[in-house]
This record gives sequence, structure tokens and C-alpha cells, in this order.
Amino acid sequence: MNTNERIQDTLGSNAIVLYMKGSPQFPQCGFSGRAVQLLQSVGAKFESVDVLADPDIREGIKQFSNWPTIPQLYIKGEFVGGSDIMVELYENGELQKLVESTN
Amino acid sequence: MVTPQDIKQWIETGLDGSQVECDGDGHHFNAVIVSPDFSGKSIIQQHQMVYSALGDKMKAEIHALSMRTLTPEQAAQGD
Repeated sequence: MNTNERIQDTLGSNAIVLYMKGSPQFPQCGFSGRAVQLLQSVGAKFESVDVLADPDIREGIKQFSNWPTIPQLYIKGEFVGGSDIMVELYENGELQKLVESTN
Repeated sequence: MVTPQDIKQWIETGLDGSQVECDGDGHHFNAVIVSPDFSGKSIIQQHQMVYSALGDKMKAEIHALSMRTLTPEQAAQGD
């Protein structure tokens, strides 16, 4: 599989995916850590992908979404946004709704 | 080192008619961007427009940028 196919495979088999730096237990960047906290606070069960462990995915995911930064959240295969957008969606209640829509 | 003034200027140059307030410490920056072009766009599209105005600078000079995008109408309500 090429990088794009690997990304689509991950998104196809997991309802909620967070591409991040580090792991939920040990985030390697404040923005990734905040993204994890937001997901956990709305009770989301999510798959995480550590882009630091895979340079191809790190570059590939930026091209996939036309988005130059990490973290990136995907729900049901759709790109939701980066950490700023996640904060806004959390504050207006949309993040909870998106997460609940996957149950 | 990149200054908040640099980022303000880059975004305002790349995004016609935008007004930017930015602060930061040379590594992490916070910017509020107001632009009439944001009207009718999704928040993802709005942030992509800002990233696109910054271009390759996002890959090199700018380590981390938090942003909030507003239309002039939203900015007026927030005051």
C-alpha cells in the first residue's frame, strides 16, 4: 500500500482517528496533548497515529487534507480540523455531537 | 527570529482586506484574523485560506500558530 492507501485504510476501519505527535499517554507537543484531552473529555474512543514514528505518514497526511499542521482529527473518514477548530467545536458543543454520531 | 509583526504582515499581504492581531514569543503565536472573504466559508476553509497566505513559511519559520478566524460581522458581535 502507498501512503495515501494506508491513510484511507486507517480512516476506513476507525470511526475516530487522531493523527498526532506522540501517544495519548505521552503527547510530544502541546497542541497534540490538548487534542487528546478534548477527545477524552467528551468520552471519545479513538485511534491515534503517531506521525513522529512514520515520516511518510507525517508528510502524507498534510497533503491528504491540504492542512500543514498536526494534530488532525478525522471522524467517519472526514477531516474535522486541527486543535484550534477542535477547541471551538468543543466550546459550542459540536464535538460532543460528532463523537456521539459514531456510536 | 519571527516576530508577531511578521506574521501579521504576511497574512495581511496574502489575504486581501484582512486585519490581523497577533502575539507570540518567537516560537508559539496566537493570531485573530478578520476577513470579509471568510463569509460563507467553513471554518476548515477559513483556516486553509490563512495557511495558504502563509505558504511555505508554515513549514519552515513558524513552529506553532493558533488562530481564530472571524468575519467582520462576527468580530463586531464579539466586542
